[in-house]
Amino acid sequence: MNFVTRSIFELQETTVMTARAVAGVFKGPRYFAETIAQMDAIGVGSLTIIMLTGFFTGGVLTIQTFPTLAFWGQQGQTGRLVAVSLVRELGPVLTALMVAGRVGSAIAAELGSMTVSQQIDAMRALGTDPIRKLVAPRMLALLITLPLLTVVADVVGIGGGGFAATSLYGLSFNEFLTSVRDGITTDDILGGVLKPVCFAVIIGAVACYKGLNTEGGTVGVGRSTTRAVVTASIVVIVADFFLARALQYILGMPAQ
Amino acid sequence: MTQSGTMALSATDQHVSAAPGQVSRNAAGSTFAEVDDSHRIVPSIEFRDVVLAFDDRVILNKLSFKVLKGETKIILGGSGGGKSTIIKLVLGLLKPDEGRILVDGEDITDYSEAQMVAVRKKIGMVFQEGALFDSLSVYDNVAYRLHEQKLPEDQVEPEVRRMLRFVNLEDAIDKMPAELSGGMRRRVGIARALIGDPKIVLFDEPTAGLDPPTARTICELAMKLRDLEDVSSIFVTHEMNNLDYLCSEYAVVNEEGQVVFEREGERLCLTNSKVMMMKEGKIIFSGTDETLRKAEDPYIQKFLRGH
Repeated sequence: MNFVTRSIFELQETTVMTARAVAGVFKGPRYFAETIAQMDAIGVGSLTIIMLTGFFTGGVLTIQTFPTLAFWGQQGQTGRLVAVSLVRELGPVLTALMVAGRVGSAIAAELGSMTVSQQIDAMRALGTDPIRKLVAPRMLALLITLPLLTVVADVVGIGGGGFAATSLYGLSFNEFLTSVRDGITTDDILGGVLKPVCFAVIIGAVACYKGLNTEGGTVGVGRSTTRAVVTASIVVIVADFFLARALQYILGMPAQ
Repeated sequence: MTQSGTMALSATDQHVSAAPGQVSRNAAGSTFAEVDDSHRIVPSIEFRDVVLAFDDRVILNKLSFKVLKGETKIILGGSGGGKSTIIKLVLGLLKPDEGRILVDGEDITDYSEAQMVAVRKKIGMVFQEGALFDSLSVYDNVAYRLHEQKLPEDQVEPEVRRMLRFVNLEDAIDKMPAELSGGMRRRVGIARALIGDPKIVLFDEPTAGLDPPTARTICELAMKLRDLEDVSSIFVTHEMNNLDYLCSEYAVVNEEGQVVFEREGERLCLTNSKVMMMKEGKIIFSGTDETLRKAEDPYIQKFLRGH
């Protein structure tokens, strides 16, 4: 199979798997305990790296934009620029990329080693559908935690931007926060939360598919882990472009 | 589904009949030997002209065989000969490209994953390396099937202990799979496969990589299942000592109520084991171990002698 047919085939298989996972969430047997455990591992476990990423991204946005804004005499608008960039774009995308790296690799490696050690076969032989038992809880946990992590990244990022603006450029924190409030609208926030929902599906589906389709022993586990992270990251970035455009239509954001 | 299976059965093979009532009628005109023979009962597992290929590589080529009730079918053959694939087909983990597969007379070939759940309840499977769930303790591994059925814990525990006693590992009940030796993992795998008392048990190279005494223990478990529990099984292996044990010894309970293993006599054949040898997806031999040793095929001779 060449690259194009293989990609289309994998897209088809991933979609089928996702559909079955969704059906598994709505129809029993459900695995609540497993979902809670995954939410703890994915959500709480990623909190530190997400906060660090958010804080320094917000800070660097201030550093890079303050001089330009000051050139036009608009340094008071720094908060607005930082907040809008973070809430609309950088918050969702950077969080998704960090989670793809940390969680996507973990899921692919775990399911991959279960596949090569025949644990997935054993599970099926014992009458459990691995998609319901393993894929559905991970997807659900990602769906719930990724938007929450994105909000955390946004808030901490604005804090980081404010910290840089006050400590490096002497802007008052109140002025910064006022321009943040003026800058972001409900639509920005809504779009900023809808995006991570889509990214969660992408990361979960790609990581689970790559994990469950691991071949070739321990080397294969490494290979599918790498592929899961690379594929999920690229698809997130490409999807972000189309989502941004789609959200402009749906929410009526300024398109020009 | 069962009905269509029965219909397919009579269409393809006039000799075999799914309903026991029909058999006596078919066999009415023939000798006693035939009345009492294999056609008397529905085979536990039956393959009919099964073909399986991955891309261009043919794994199984028109494979047909039966495993009768209470019989142990030993499948011999070199690595990559399609032995393990047979087991995956019985469980419905793989689907054949052509041919039919029947379990207890039920045609499972076109069953969906949801329909297979009921079939898999009848079957226990022992994987090559045990395939225990790393994240679960020995207790939870063995109890897995019962936990999935949401049985109350006070019914689960005695069952788990009974199974672990059967494989002589009750002490390891609270351990994690990582703490166990290879042979112990295999035995826990057997306990897990036997929970719920399946009447069909599939062994996929259960003794590979084990020291001879431990391998012997595994074979003894398979013999106990065959002779004391009336379990039908497929025993995939490439180790000749497994063949010796399973074909020439049988398990009985002595006066003290202990299970002992006795060798069958020179002339009396008491073991219910059949041997099947595979090469490149085809059956090259099928019969008893005595006839296997007399077979003139150079591949079989080389396999038996090891050179």
